[in-house]
Amino acid sequence: MKQRKVVDGNHAAALGALLSKPDVVAAYPITPQTPLVQHFSQYVANGVMDSTIVEPESEHSAMSILTGSSLAGGRTFTATSSQGLALMYEPYFRVSTMRLPIVMDIVNREMISPQSVWGGPQDSLTLRDAGWIQIYVEDNQEILDMTIQAFKIAEHKDVLLPVNICYDGFYLSHMTEGVYVPEQDEVTEFLPPYRPTHVKLDPEEPMAVDPLTPGNYLQYYRELHMQAMDEAKRVIKEVNDEFAKKFGRDYFGLVEPYRMDDAEFVLVTLGSLTGSARVAVDLAREKGVKAGLIKIRSLRPFPLEEIKELLKDRKAVGVVDRNVSFGWHTGIVYQEIKSAISDLDTVPTVPFVGGLGGEDLTTELMSDAIDHVVKAGKNSQIENKTIWLINDKGR
Amino acid sequence: MKEIRIHGRGGQGAVTTSEIIVYAAVEDGLFGACFPYFGFEKKGGPVTAFVRIDERKIREKNQVYNPNCIMVIDPTLINAVDIFVGAKDNSILVMNTKSVEAMEIPNEIKRVAYVDANSASMDIFGRLLPNTIVLGAFAKATGWVSLDKIIERTKDIWGDKNVEAIQYGYDNVKILDVNGGFSNEEN
Repeated sequence: MKQRKVVDGNHAAALGALLSKPDVVAAYPITPQTPLVQHFSQYVANGVMDSTIVEPESEHSAMSILTGSSLAGGRTFTATSSQGLALMYEPYFRVSTMRLPIVMDIVNREMISPQSVWGGPQDSLTLRDAGWIQIYVEDNQEILDMTIQAFKIAEHKDVLLPVNICYDGFYLSHMTEGVYVPEQDEVTEFLPPYRPTHVKLDPEEPMAVDPLTPGNYLQYYRELHMQAMDEAKRVIKEVNDEFAKKFGRDYFGLVEPYRMDDAEFVLVTLGSLTGSARVAVDLAREKGVKAGLIKIRSLRPFPLEEIKELLKDRKAVGVVDRNVSFGWHTGIVYQEIKSAISDLDTVPTVPFVGGLGGEDLTTELMSDAIDHVVKAGKNSQIENKTIWLINDKGR
Repeated sequence: MKEIRIHGRGGQGAVTTSEIIVYAAVEDGLFGACFPYFGFEKKGGPVTAFVRIDERKIREKNQVYNPNCIMVIDPTLINAVDIFVGAKDNSILVMNTKSVEAMEIPNEIKRVAYVDANSASMDIFGRLLPNTIVLGAFAKATGWVSLDKIIERTKDIWGDKNVEAIQYGYDNVKILDVNGGFSNEEN
């Protein structure tokens, strides 16, 4: 009998982590992640969680504490947002290159300046090349389910990499909806305890970890790390399928295609903005426009083969970014898609940027985006000038 | 899809009220989602919360711009914010007020439900806690979610006094058809 709860995104993340039975949680509160930390304190105070909870003085310390805990063989969890992630950058990179399977939910928040607390994945996307697996989700159920799956992916013997589950601040962190909460027994069955052998601090079996390493070895480690990312593509799909079989919810692995079978005009999305894009695709279909959508779930590893296959022979593609890549004058995901399809015959591509700093990306704006993509496809023109999606409702 | 916009003041429980409606919708076998307007809420400052209820999964994660129902928890808000902005045709106003006679009701609103929640709140709690009384009025005026599920969740969060308040709002709300009433049964 599965239990249903009505919770916000932070609560869903906390439940996912609780069910995964981490040995150590160390987290520093920051808007909009704060309620997640509060839930952990409550779990421990109420005796429903037997993890060690550390309340450090900063995010840098939080990740450093988890580094030690993971090296000691523990399953570890934390969460942060924007400036907290920025402060964590030094141990963040170290954790991935030490191959520690730490799970951290990132409650995506705009980077400052100017001062902002609102949603947007600029924080984690900026760190996409720091060696972590990054998976972006769309609703509260996916937050809960992927927080559980994250441990299984991270700890897989062919992966052994840290994982971020990224969800939009406020749009998900503070949105309340119904979620199914799996039974503890089933989760424990799905996610057996973490037993590291590759890197650990154990006085019984001494191991030198992280000594000063010359370039030829460092290069070798980087190569292995990149191979592990390649393996992760397979493992993410396997874990997805196993989860779907056991719990009945399928997220389709690295990417989720939506109405793509005969689609001519495609939007590519990431995160919570996918919802209004789905509605816009449905509306376009009602008008006879063959629109489709690709939701990118795993940005690292990047689903290169899937994207190439899905975008083959389409008339035009638009990418909606709630973030920017300074110097490219487009969003970050646009650059990723553009690289992925660079050896396909020229598919016109349109970069969109909008929804920054917690602005709404409404269904109307998504419909506008589809109109632009259709126009680009019909003119067969290679558009590469960013179109800003500006919400003037409620102004 | 039913879209609701709730206007309250910081500290009055507008956000929790929106969560109770979603709980009731989900328990009724529907889908529901809500979130607050993302601002820096301060005690006493205007607060807005948005709710969606539907028979299918709710995908939009945006503010409600065109509500089918506008709930006003504090009567003085009418001087502070434009509570009617974007109201959809055939929509419902649920309001805490002694009287709606002096109010200009826009043409889109076809039903007005009001209850003097401030006075009732003083009787029930001995202080101003009008939100659950307005929530009871909402349950009666819209019929969109079941009263017993609203009561169930409210009892969990706020206890028996608030159950009394909900029942008061449900029993004492005055419901008027205005601007010619709904143009169809569906609202």
